[in-house]
Amino acid sequence: MTLSAYLALALILFCIGLYGALTKRNTVIVLICIELMLNAVNINFVAFAKYGAHPGVRGHVFALFAIAVAAAEAAVGLAALIAFYRSRKTVQVDEANSLKH
Amino acid sequence: MMNLAWIVPLFPLGSFILLLLFGQRWKQASAYVGIAATLLSLLLAFAVLVDRLGGSTYEANWTWMTLGDVTLTAGISVTALNAWMLVVVALVSWLVHVYSQGYMAGDERFSTFYAYLGLFTFAMLGLVLSPNLLQAYIFWELVGLGSFLLIGFYFYKEEAKAAAKKAFIMTRIGDVGFFIGMMLLFWQTNSFDYDDIFRAVGDGTLSPGMTMLAAILIFIGAIGKSGQFPLHTWLPDAMEGPTPVSALIHAATMVAAGVYLVAALFPLYEASHAAMMTVAAIGGVTAIFAATIGLVQTDIKRVLAYSTISQLGYMMLALGAGSYVAAIFHLTTHAFFKALLFLAAGSVIHAVHTQNIEEMGGLWRRLPWTAPLFLIGALSISGVPLFAGFFSKDEILAAAWTNGPRLLFWLAVAAALLTSFYMFRLFFLVFAGKARRHEDAHEAPASMVAPMLVLGVLSIASGYMQTPWFGSFLGEWLTDGTYHHEAAPGWIAVIATVVSLAGILLAWLMYGAQKMPRDWLSARVPYIDELLRRHYYIDDIYRFTVVALVSFISRLLAYVDRFLVEGLARLAAGIVGAAASAGSRGQNGQVQTYGAVTVSGLAILVVIFALTGGYWL
Repeated sequence: MTLSAYLALALILFCIGLYGALTKRNTVIVLICIELMLNAVNINFVAFAKYGAHPGVRGHVFALFAIAVAAAEAAVGLAALIAFYRSRKTVQVDEANSLKH
Repeated sequence: MMNLAWIVPLFPLGSFILLLLFGQRWKQASAYVGIAATLLSLLLAFAVLVDRLGGSTYEANWTWMTLGDVTLTAGISVTALNAWMLVVVALVSWLVHVYSQGYMAGDERFSTFYAYLGLFTFAMLGLVLSPNLLQAYIFWELVGLGSFLLIGFYFYKEEAKAAAKKAFIMTRIGDVGFFIGMMLLFWQTNSFDYDDIFRAVGDGTLSPGMTMLAAILIFIGAIGKSGQFPLHTWLPDAMEGPTPVSALIHAATMVAAGVYLVAALFPLYEASHAAMMTVAAIGGVTAIFAATIGLVQTDIKRVLAYSTISQLGYMMLALGAGSYVAAIFHLTTHAFFKALLFLAAGSVIHAVHTQNIEEMGGLWRRLPWTAPLFLIGALSISGVPLFAGFFSKDEILAAAWTNGPRLLFWLAVAAALLTSFYMFRLFFLVFAGKARRHEDAHEAPASMVAPMLVLGVLSIASGYMQTPWFGSFLGEWLTDGTYHHEAAPGWIAVIATVVSLAGILLAWLMYGAQKMPRDWLSARVPYIDELLRRHYYIDDIYRFTVVALVSFISRLLAYVDRFLVEGLARLAAGIVGAAASAGSRGQNGQVQTYGAVTVSGLAILVVIFALTGGYWL
């Protein structure tokens, strides 16, 4: 397997995630899409750590950190979402629009 | 004492400041502050005068500021002229202060009135003491301010407000002339000092043309201040102020300032024949012009106002005819008898609460003090022998005969006839006959009568300072002993007596005994009567020319301001506002929109990066 195959996979994953994050109206789906984008980045880290110009362990460590932080982020995001649901009785992202001009 | 002369104006200034600060608390007691301050001024002025009698001119200057190689000085000078003026101004001002205590009693702004009187007196005293033109100009403007405040004292009356503005603006027109003249002199001589200017005139540094120009320009200032034709129209309107103010304006301050200025700059005028002729001609024309209007006025104060204009014309005529002494002499006697007449008129108004002489009459018995005192004033201004006005007017007529054009002499004689006629018309209408109304009229309080008594004595006595019989003290003193009495023909005094008595007789026939119909003239030549009643249409001419032009221009400029300047300002503000509101519309609260914008921005940056290799431009 070559580096470019991993990068292509990461790119595809990232674009799917981005598309979902920008277009889906359900906040849960948006959060899932953000996880996709994060994982696309993790794939990049690991791929470069293995096949990059300077192979080493640093990429793996970075990926592990990113996974840990993403888990925390998912927990906070879901908590915020539940709080939002309680006050608004909805999880539609386009209805979270009180902060405007 | 002369070195203390600078303190003289400070007393009224102190009174002004004190009354501004504490007047509301002191209320009616404010009068005592004003009276005490002017009394101190008067006493000190007397001391200065006495000191000057035996000594020579005192002058003190100190540097005010240095601009490049020009040093401006401020200071005081005590010459014969201004030591004399100090006393006259302080005396009349003090009497007016005393009188006002009775006249203004109960007024809500009593203390303010006294504060303004203090300011006015301060300004005039300061003007008199000034040794240079610049300082004189500052006080000159302060005098204008004081008169503005006092004429507009009853500012809740529309007429008073308009009169105050008119007085201020019309005298400002003259002041522009004064200012330009002053600057011309400064440009030519590099100094504002009277002495330097006179020296420059003497040694020819100042060319004759420039001398004439500067003298006439400064005279324009005097025209405005002294109510000479054609800038006289503010003076009758100034009657809207309280009567003591009219007395002060007409006797010692404001209008005397113009005459004083020309007198103080007399060597400048003497150097230019054309300037002298201008002064004489304006004076002579004003004297007869105002006297004719005075014939038909029905407001007691307006008659007196026109008589003031006319008498100031006499003073200017005297100056123009080269008789400095006669002008100052008449200024002094006029200050006394005109102050007396105004205070007496104030007392009449106080008693009957109207100013219309048609509604008065038969007050001789009701006002046992005011009436004889008014009579003394009227006899004095009419130039009846043995009264002060006779001597000073005689001096002026003599000067006009010996030095002036013949025409002006005859104009002055005719004005003397008219003066005695309208003064006694006034006297007979107010005091003689039977009471038409106001059965309850009563004499004024002592605080009003006492100043009138003093002025009544002075209206007779002040004439004896300079008589053909007992010597000319005033003349010798004002000219430091070099005075020689012009040998005027004796018949001038006879003519003056005859015309004044003729005027009185005519007035008695028409208004006293009523042997002649009152409309004797107006029935025959109604258009002249109409012309006089409308003050020669001068106000109307101004309204349709100057005022119309100025208001047209200002309306035009108002439109430019409203639509052009304001339009541009609004355009600038509008553009910024529109940009801001367009920008704020982008903030719609949709997180996904922000995300999309961010991503597309990033994409654009990446494309740019790819195309340029990381270097912008």
